[in-house]
Amino acid sequence: MGKRAAIVGFGQTHQRSSRKDVNGVELINEAVQAALAGADMGIEDIDAIVIGNMDHFEGINYVDMWSAEGTGAVMRPVMKVTTGGTTGTTVAMCAYYHVASGMFDKVLAIGWEKNSESDTTGAIITAFHPVWERPSLGGAIAGLAIEASKYMHDYGATERDGARVAVRERLHALNNPFAHLRQEWMKGIPIAQLVDMIVGSEQNQVLAYPLRMSDMCPRTDGAAAAIFASEDFAEKLAPVPAWVAATTNAHNFVYAGDVNMDRNTTLAEASKKIFKKAGIKEPLKEIDVCELYLPYSYAGLKWMEDIGFCKYGEGPKLLWDGVTDMDGELPVNPSGGVMSSNPIGATALIRVGEAATQIMGKGSARQVQRPVQYALAHGFGGCYWADMMLLSRKKPD
Amino acid sequence: MDKIAIVGVGQTKYERHKIDTFEEMVFEAATKALADAGGEIGDIDNVVTVSNDFWDGRTISSMAVQAAAGSWGKDISTVEGDGTFGALYGLMRILSGSFDTTLVVSHIKGSEGVMNLITNAMFDPIYQRGLGIDATSAAALQARVYMQATGYTEEDFAAVSVKNHGNAKNNPYAQLPKSITVADVMASRKIADPLKLYDCSPISDGAAAVILANQKGIKRFKKAPVWIRGVAHCADSYNLGYRDLARSRALKKAAAKAYQMAGITDPLRELDVAELYDAYSYMELMWMEGLGLAPEGKAAEMVRSGATAMGGKLPVNPSGGVLSSHPVLVAGMARLIEATLQVRGEAGGRQVKGARTALAQGINGPCGQAHCVFIVGS
Amino acid sequence: MADWRDAVTNMVYEGRIKVPYLWSVGETGSRFLEALRDRQEIWGTRCPQCRKVFVYPVKHCGECFVPIGEWVRVGHSGTLESFTIARYAHSMQPVAPPLAYGLIRLDGADGSLLHLIGDADLGKLKVGMRMKAVFAPERKGAITDIRYFTPAG
Repeated sequence: MGKRAAIVGFGQTHQRSSRKDVNGVELINEAVQAALAGADMGIEDIDAIVIGNMDHFEGINYVDMWSAEGTGAVMRPVMKVTTGGTTGTTVAMCAYYHVASGMFDKVLAIGWEKNSESDTTGAIITAFHPVWERPSLGGAIAGLAIEASKYMHDYGATERDGARVAVRERLHALNNPFAHLRQEWMKGIPIAQLVDMIVGSEQNQVLAYPLRMSDMCPRTDGAAAAIFASEDFAEKLAPVPAWVAATTNAHNFVYAGDVNMDRNTTLAEASKKIFKKAGIKEPLKEIDVCELYLPYSYAGLKWMEDIGFCKYGEGPKLLWDGVTDMDGELPVNPSGGVMSSNPIGATALIRVGEAATQIMGKGSARQVQRPVQYALAHGFGGCYWADMMLLSRKKPD
Repeated sequence: MDKIAIVGVGQTKYERHKIDTFEEMVFEAATKALADAGGEIGDIDNVVTVSNDFWDGRTISSMAVQAAAGSWGKDISTVEGDGTFGALYGLMRILSGSFDTTLVVSHIKGSEGVMNLITNAMFDPIYQRGLGIDATSAAALQARVYMQATGYTEEDFAAVSVKNHGNAKNNPYAQLPKSITVADVMASRKIADPLKLYDCSPISDGAAAVILANQKGIKRFKKAPVWIRGVAHCADSYNLGYRDLARSRALKKAAAKAYQMAGITDPLRELDVAELYDAYSYMELMWMEGLGLAPEGKAAEMVRSGATAMGGKLPVNPSGGVLSSHPVLVAGMARLIEATLQVRGEAGGRQVKGARTALAQGINGPCGQAHCVFIVGS
Repeated sequence: MADWRDAVTNMVYEGRIKVPYLWSVGETGSRFLEALRDRQEIWGTRCPQCRKVFVYPVKHCGECFVPIGEWVRVGHSGTLESFTIARYAHSMQPVAPPLAYGLIRLDGADGSLLHLIGDADLGKLKVGMRMKAVFAPERKGAITDIRYFTPAG
């Protein structure tokens, strides 16, 4: 049987649109040093390293090899995993399995992105089949726009509902010193008014209907690192370790055209699996906080339904009732989420790290003000792939 | 470590310019592994695919093969690195207690891209790439450092090529079975001095799969298990000029750990066969030394004496090795598959008589920066 | 009955991935490249722990895993630790083959620098030879501001 594992440390760089003062390896090293310092550990305490990113986003082949001097991988075991946007959670899961296997006690999980350096859309298009899909593909934004359109059509959701999600993410980001987009001007303005302003603004350019600039995530440079430790070390390393209660994923689709646009079925599948594994029967009640990979606003409506937090079509109600705000029953993205910072290779790992931060009680201004027993982290990418990791305050049985 | 076994293996033929798509190759390898194991896709609890975006010309290269790897409804992940690392991850996922069986499948189509440009992209974009360095020219630099440190000659390297191409004649999957002599190697076209054509591995396409299972999982299958007795991985530094290119200290470290797990104290005596990653001829000698199969500076002598030939004290690369087929990423998994077939007694014409314990090695990164070592046994 | 495969001509699509990049050199690397460009000087950094001097300079030592703050200027001359002559062509090469590469340990550095070898009788290259950096007449802040290393008499 395997070992139980917990996150005992998490570090991230301050996410910016462009970090010209450092190259990629140096950026990664900053996150690694931050994670180690936060856990009061040195690199000599680390038994193995896992790293991930998408090669064509930085134009580096074999990034685990290239970054060895910066990650601490010199004369250590290192492995690269990569699965598109889900890479960060894939990295977290890989680090978890390294520890749970009993082969390594303390494992460093690293995700990073120097988005400023690449043509992300150009690179994303190469994720699709060169013969069947690439010639006609519009990149990530267009794909998400199709989903948003269908959701609005099927359930009567409106632009205001989308904007309300954006407002939540932006307000939450104001509590997160690491977040990229911090719209300070929003402070103190009532939510309904903020929604009006966003929907009514002519500067708020339409990118692909119904998606406007305000509905989308930014392009960010940033790196993050999480330290996973086995049950033999976790309690010594952190006063409140964030235990991995369960982790699951579903990466069903291969071609963009295969994706089910009615419902996010892979997310639903991964969610059902994880709740079953962890014995969660009423997700809305039992989960205390979520860090979800919402790359755009309407996901904050629809995907809440697919996860099972509410019935189909009730996403907007959950939102407008304030359930997902910081003082609501289920705060979503206290960090500001992907819409506030998107260093893609790190983004999903940051969801895991932020969820861990909530359990560890280290969230400072963005700390949820209630006991956090369960924190759910989610990663999204590829053809609607879903990775889930449920962290708990209580050590799993 | 809990007992984990390899219960199924599958490989496509390795060759250039395969018509099959990535999905078709992966499906072939996966279904062959299932048939070999005597099981079905429903017996697989989770999947690990192995691929590389640059080699495939696809971001999220794993996406192309999800369905072909039978991952629908299953947990799945992707390692970007040699197949041995993928197999190791598949192993960890079982040891965690979450799954009883894992299918690991790797693929490559080396002929679809330009190897020199793809490997040039491994090098640092600021300091190295613009010089046009690639895997082969870097290997040539390493080969010369190695010659300087050991006194080995080009003929010593050639002997490895002769042995391995000759061995490939017994391997139906191999791309380049050949009867050649040292003189043939020495006369072959210069590629990057001191490396000549026959010192280099070919460009290959192919896929390979292994099925791993714990003691509960093996009951779903019919094939006799081959146990993983030890496994470890380790990386050296990236900056070529600041690595001792003549000594693979990362391999030494990984080997020591793998041997310790397997309870092996005298590898030369206790191993029956070894499958090593000879991407270039000189590498086989270097890895032998790193693995402690030969003292430093003595590997060439072992090859010359026939100790690593079929029928020798420790046959190395009965399959023909990577010099005979180099499907990048797949090649390490192929070494593991060959080691497994040896222990099963199913290696046909390339069988080492009575093989009970085998070693398989994979490498990753420029000049073998990282290594993964498996010890398997009956 | 004939198999449909016999009647199909297998197609091959030719393509190219064109994804542009802007790689940040970082402060440390920028200082190094500026010195090459503006003053034809070669600088390295020294690890406070192991005392190794790195050329090209690095911001932290990968072995000791500590930040590096000390800059050390090294000379233009060094020793050839390895070389090769690439005899095949591809589009990233700055000059047509035969193209010689070397690992040159500059005097004062504790490891070698990968670079090109030029203006040399390629047949007479030997490990241990003394080499000297030759700078390009027009420099732009790139590693190729050193045009190549040549055998120093």
